Amino acid sequence: MGILLQVRDLTIGATVYPPGEDPHDIEIVKDISFDLEKGRVIGLIGESGAGKSTIGLAALAYGRGGVRITGGEVLLDGKDILRYTKAGIRDIRGRHVCYVAQSAAAGFNPAMRLAEQVVEATVLHGVMGRAEALERARYLFGVLGLPDPDEFGTRYPHQVSGGQLQRAMTAMALCSRPDLIVFDEPTTALDVTTQIDVLAAIKHAIEETDTAAIYITHDLAVIAQISDDIMVLRHGDAVEYGTVQQIIEAPREDYTRQLISIRAEIRPEAPDQSDSLLRLENIDAEYGPAAKVLFDVSMHLPRGQTLAVVGESGSGKSTAARVITGLLPPTQGQVIFDGAPLPPALKDRTKDQLRELQMIYQMADTAMNPRQTVAEIIGRPLTFYFGLRGEERRHRVTELLDQIEMGDPFADRYPAELSGGEKQRVCIARALAAKPRLIICDEPTSALDPLVAEGVLKLLMDLQAETQVSYLFITHDIATVRAIADSVAVMYLGKVVRFGPKSKVLNPPFDDYTDLLLKSVPEMELGWLEQALASRKMAAAGN
Amino acid sequence: MASRTSGMNPVVTLLLQRIGIGFVLIIAISFLLFVGVEMLPGDFARNFLGQSATPEAVANIRKELGLDEPLLSRYLGWLGGMLTGDFGHSWANKASVNEQLFKRLANTLFLATTAALFAVPISVGLGMVAVFFRNKLPDHVINILSLAAISMPEFFIGYLIIFAFALLWPIGDGPPIIPSSPLLSLANVQLIFLPALTLVVVVLAAMMRMTRAAILNIMESAYIETAELKGLNMMTIIRKHAAPNAISPIINVVALNLAYLVVGVIVVEVIFAYPGMGQYFVDAVKVRDMPVVQACGVVFAGVYIVLNMLADVGAILANPRLMHPK
Repeated sequence: MGILLQVRDLTIGATVYPPGEDPHDIEIVKDISFDLEKGRVIGLIGESGAGKSTIGLAALAYGRGGVRITGGEVLLDGKDILRYTKAGIRDIRGRHVCYVAQSAAAGFNPAMRLAEQVVEATVLHGVMGRAEALERARYLFGVLGLPDPDEFGTRYPHQVSGGQLQRAMTAMALCSRPDLIVFDEPTTALDVTTQIDVLAAIKHAIEETDTAAIYITHDLAVIAQISDDIMVLRHGDAVEYGTVQQIIEAPREDYTRQLISIRAEIRPEAPDQSDSLLRLENIDAEYGPAAKVLFDVSMHLPRGQTLAVVGESGSGKSTAARVITGLLPPTQGQVIFDGAPLPPALKDRTKDQLRELQMIYQMADTAMNPRQTVAEIIGRPLTFYFGLRGEERRHRVTELLDQIEMGDPFADRYPAELSGGEKQRVCIARALAAKPRLIICDEPTSALDPLVAEGVLKLLMDLQAETQVSYLFITHDIATVRAIADSVAVMYLGKVVRFGPKSKVLNPPFDDYTDLLLKSVPEMELGWLEQALASRKMAAAGN
Repeated sequence: MASRTSGMNPVVTLLLQRIGIGFVLIIAISFLLFVGVEMLPGDFARNFLGQSATPEAVANIRKELGLDEPLLSRYLGWLGGMLTGDFGHSWANKASVNEQLFKRLANTLFLATTAALFAVPISVGLGMVAVFFRNKLPDHVINILSLAAISMPEFFIGYLIIFAFALLWPIGDGPPIIPSSPLLSLANVQLIFLPALTLVVVVLAAMMRMTRAAILNIMESAYIETAELKGLNMMTIIRKHAAPNAISPIINVVALNLAYLVVGVIVVEVIFAYPGMGQYFVDAVKVRDMPVVQACGVVFAGVYIVLNMLADVGAILANPRLMHPK
């Protein structure tokens, strides 16, 4: 097999404009080298800021935003594409090297039919005629398991689902028979049950067409299924580079070992789950008569414990949170808090009822006023609920900052000066400031890198042990559920399909949906994808 | 939601809603106009009679014109006429308002349409060029010139253009005064060259800047990056991927400016002594000829409403989510 792509000492820089400092140049990728043979897949893995997307895009001689390739070579078939003219680079893009973006929903032009977009580059570069390209698009839609391949391309992006769009984007990349495809987190935005299908479709299509690929992800379990080699990246440096077997089974570096062992620690569930703080009784809810979202939802959360509500997008788990907080009064049923029913609507609740129930959101970024300092953000509920001011308030802010393991120096910073994990910690402190008995955590760690998320989860558990606060933890991540929950509610299409202590819910005998959900979670072992697909097929045949 | 309950095509429902709202608006505006005109200081009879305004003569004229009746009944009478398409007769010269109005409106539309035919393609094109050369010399030049054009009042631009093309470098030898006969003919394009040019300069800048801003906004989208990574060149990306998604805001600003071409033409018509609606309107206001003032007001309002409605319709038609529901 010939070498297709050689990356040699690739160095990529950018100019940053930190608040209060002079703009200066930084290196975001340092001296990266790797080879890729025809028909092979290399996985780039790392946390956000590791430079993996930047390296992937360099294979198309592209720098996002103000990013500049400052050194090294990217040899495609022996020729350095970084030295090509603009026209020469355009000729490579979409013809020899194609790109599949993380969010296909944003990556497609909303005003153009799918087939037009899929064949656009192929026709433009003269790889084949329009009719032939459309024929190939239909063939690829079939290979990728899209419904009704002949008709699929006539639809607009908003008319198909996220998983289907992601496959359509893969078809778009495959259409011109490129030598190399860069997959940039193609399944990260998908639900697990969708992810497994897309993953299988991508793997199948790569094998079928003998295309080489750079596969970028932050999920080691996903990359283990699809690549031949893996490069582990951190802060723009290559930490470790080897075959998939070596990285998964015998990692040499500490950092790699950390990535692999994440969530190995599992907290045992509380034995007594009878003393409930929050109880949902037969809740129905809707956004207007045409959009019923919740059907007869019941669950309860014991004092000082964690109830994980798990489900895919659209399962109604966030709507359940809106009902509990009073943002969406239910059409049926009631919410019992500490033995007494809560008024259904927010405006009818007392200040104390509001205080006892706080929230943490997925996007810590947008949940904070960017023009307030950390002290103001955390201090606001202290003034609102307890009337604290001045020295007293400042003292309590410091206490809370110590509790979230950040400390007083952070008090005068603005959100923009905090990292993702720090932002989420400040949001946790703001919730704690009200001294609540229940915190609803709506996917608080899904926007965070695995190691950072791990830290935030640990903090939440420590705080629970300290303050006896209860968590209603909304998530789509089964690993998180396993790690922290005492009880679990599995939701699907607005219904609770399974509810009970963690040990019961996550162990057989399963209902069909929970079974599918659990089997779709990638596991960090080679060949998992094939096994999971095979067992799914068997289940389907058995039905 | 409405589509689900009525079972009708959502686009049709939206259109019917817009038309209904437009009709109600016209009625409301006509009432405001009537009351507003009533509140204007000055009196037609005194004005008309001038030196010979004896109290009896004034009372006679007021009675003759029905001005002694209460406001509401006069309004309803006028509204009835308007709804059946009759704007009554001018107080000043007893001529039918309809007849004059249509002649003048045709002239104004001729001027406005000529200006629009140049202004819209040029401004949208320049907007795209500015995006293509973003932050380079052509973009800066286009931006500075358009800022200058926006910053100068239209009467000043009009006089500048007269100064340039009638005095410094005279073009053609058109008559200094435009005849008040119907102008709608290609042969007359030369006659309206200067006022049309003034209008083009006035509206060009706003449309061009909005086009530029709308497309630049779209250029930040992920699908533009997708197009770039497909190896498309910048002009193709702007034309095929950015512009179609920027249509809604562009249509809106174009419609607003087209309305302005008809309504805002007043000042330009006065400067060039052009026999259009604007002149007609201004002359009528001078002598308090209320039927004419009201008729012009309603027509101006109607133009605004219809063009804005068309903009809404255009934006709906440009939105694939509405045109191709799931």
